Amino acid sequence: MKEKIIVVLNKTGLHARPAATLVQTLSKYQSIIKILKDDFEVDAKSVIGVMALAAAYGSKLKFIAYGSDEYEAIVAIENLFDSKFGE
Amino acid sequence: MFVNRDIRDIVLEGIAASPGIAIGKVFLLKEEFCLIRKEISKSFREVERKRFDDAIEKTRNEFMVMYNKINDILGENYAHIATVHLLILDDPALKKDVYKLILDGVNTEYALFKVFDKIIRSFDGISDSFFKERKIDIQNVAKKILANLFGNKGKSLTEIDEKSIVIANNLTPADTVSVRGKKIAGFATDIGGKTSHTAIIAQGLAIPAVVGLKNISSLVKAGETIIIDGDKGEVILSPSSKVLLYYKNKYDLQLSKIVELEKFKNLTSETIDKHKIFIFANIDHLDEVSLVLNKGAVGIGLYRTETIYFNRDSIPTEQEHFDTYSKVVQQVSPHVITIRTFDLGGDKLTKMRLLNLNFESNPFLGLRSIRLCLKYPEIFISQLRAILRLSVLGKVKLMYPMISGLAEVRAANAILSEVKKDLRKENIKFDENMEVGVMIEVPSAVAVIDSIVKEVDFVSIGTNDLIQYTLAVDRVNENVAYLYDPMHPAILRFIKRIIDEAYKAGIKVAMCGEMAGEPKYMPIILGMGLDEFSVSPSQIAPIKKIVRSISFVDCKTIADKVLKLEDSKSILKEIDLFYETRGINA
Repeated sequence: MKEKIIVVLNKTGLHARPAATLVQTLSKYQSIIKILKDDFEVDAKSVIGVMALAAAYGSKLKFIAYGSDEYEAIVAIENLFDSKFGE
Repeated sequence: MFVNRDIRDIVLEGIAASPGIAIGKVFLLKEEFCLIRKEISKSFREVERKRFDDAIEKTRNEFMVMYNKINDILGENYAHIATVHLLILDDPALKKDVYKLILDGVNTEYALFKVFDKIIRSFDGISDSFFKERKIDIQNVAKKILANLFGNKGKSLTEIDEKSIVIANNLTPADTVSVRGKKIAGFATDIGGKTSHTAIIAQGLAIPAVVGLKNISSLVKAGETIIIDGDKGEVILSPSSKVLLYYKNKYDLQLSKIVELEKFKNLTSETIDKHKIFIFANIDHLDEVSLVLNKGAVGIGLYRTETIYFNRDSIPTEQEHFDTYSKVVQQVSPHVITIRTFDLGGDKLTKMRLLNLNFESNPFLGLRSIRLCLKYPEIFISQLRAILRLSVLGKVKLMYPMISGLAEVRAANAILSEVKKDLRKENIKFDENMEVGVMIEVPSAVAVIDSIVKEVDFVSIGTNDLIQYTLAVDRVNENVAYLYDPMHPAILRFIKRIIDEAYKAGIKVAMCGEMAGEPKYMPIILGMGLDEFSVSPSQIAPIKKIVRSISFVDCKTIADKVLKLEDSKSILKEIDLFYETRGINA
């Protein structure tokens, strides 16, 4: 199991388009990937879940990946957030 | 008669709601996004799942087209809207939950609604309006899937061709109003019981109907020929030529029977031993008046005033009440007409946005009918004023529905006498002696009937609700509709008690439920001493025919006998025997 805490730094937060990009990217991985925000936990491969997180600029998110490619998944997540989803 | 059925014939069994045979082409009624929960039997759950998968596929294709279009015109940056829609469509959480509900046995529409509703609610809790707005994307996807589930398979009733058979999940009162005056061959619906609204309307229009067919609306295609057997409660899809011929013969026989019944309209309704009874008709609308008087009714025993409330969004004014009813009263005159006051549930008025009542989880036991009138007297007063004003135009009687005890009779009468006072002050004429009666349809009213009969001019037994409330059976719930039993000894004893107490008090008693129009039950009810029957238009001639073939003495004997019996099976056996020994086909 790999964990990573990430602060949302793109201006609009995880709204529809970044949420879509995140889900599309993570759906390629075998691992189970969860996102935790406060007490709220969602499936990172569910766009409905990710949007329901309402992760605005500055939100602190905890990603948990579990599976054969958990390491690669976490790296991909870091890259996405570092690139600020290309905004 | 036994028919050899071809493998092609698909026979669906439902509840016989209105007698007769109909052969015709399917007219599939367009459903609004009617999210009715339907139970899907085990064998159809896979079909239901496939419907869901097909709708998803269709929706995906539409989104792909949308994506490509936006991509071509505006570029990839804008096409993400379509991407989000596609991702929502394929969201693992969504599919999993919908599948689960479908496999648990509910219809796809309802499953989808439940799952989306839950998701959308979770967005309502978000305080950030920017994120909250995302629920619109989700709602759009839900709407698209639902639209593809329903398809463009149906049409609205106003477009119906003559001699079509109307197939629908359910027919609302508003639907059936729009059917009036059109020559429809038959009705068949997924839900409903023997005394549901569809059944009552179908009987009124003398159109064969089968209800409670569970999923006929998703099994038939528009335009195909089907057969409705309203006697047996069956619908036959894709009939073979053999079966079609059999039913064509039956249909011809039915036509000749109608011609035969015609001759009864001018004959008196009396038994062989000259005991006279009075057959009145139940109507909803002006159009029915000439029909029922032609068929030989001696008046209107129940004029339901609810249709004035349909398809509108304000409370009818006194003048609207007056204008609507006055045409009916004048056409019925010089015959008697009994006008029943408002008999709807609060839910209907709330849906019509006439009132704003909280949701009732059990509307049949809720704020409805006379209860609503007493709570919101303004609804009641405008109707009472109109009816009083009408009392000088014909022979008008007033009737309160759903009375559960004396207190309600007194409360309603107190309002009535206030209204009368006002009219006198305003110098508006009305019949000071207009008869006022109540419907007996709540078991508690039967228990205290001895007190009620002392304060009213007449009572009318509303058997539909009386049976429903006494036997605790929801008459439109197909799971328990079989328990709806007019020959339950409790019902017969109640009826006997009402008749006896009314006569003891020297007032008139009538029966205006479905039971009054069932020829089979005639000897018993007649034998108990009832002599006023108010029936749906199609039942006037059949009732008259039966009455003219039996004797009152024999009726009294069988009534006494069955009142001592302890179960409806033996009661029905006794009735069959009664007819058999007399060679009568009831």
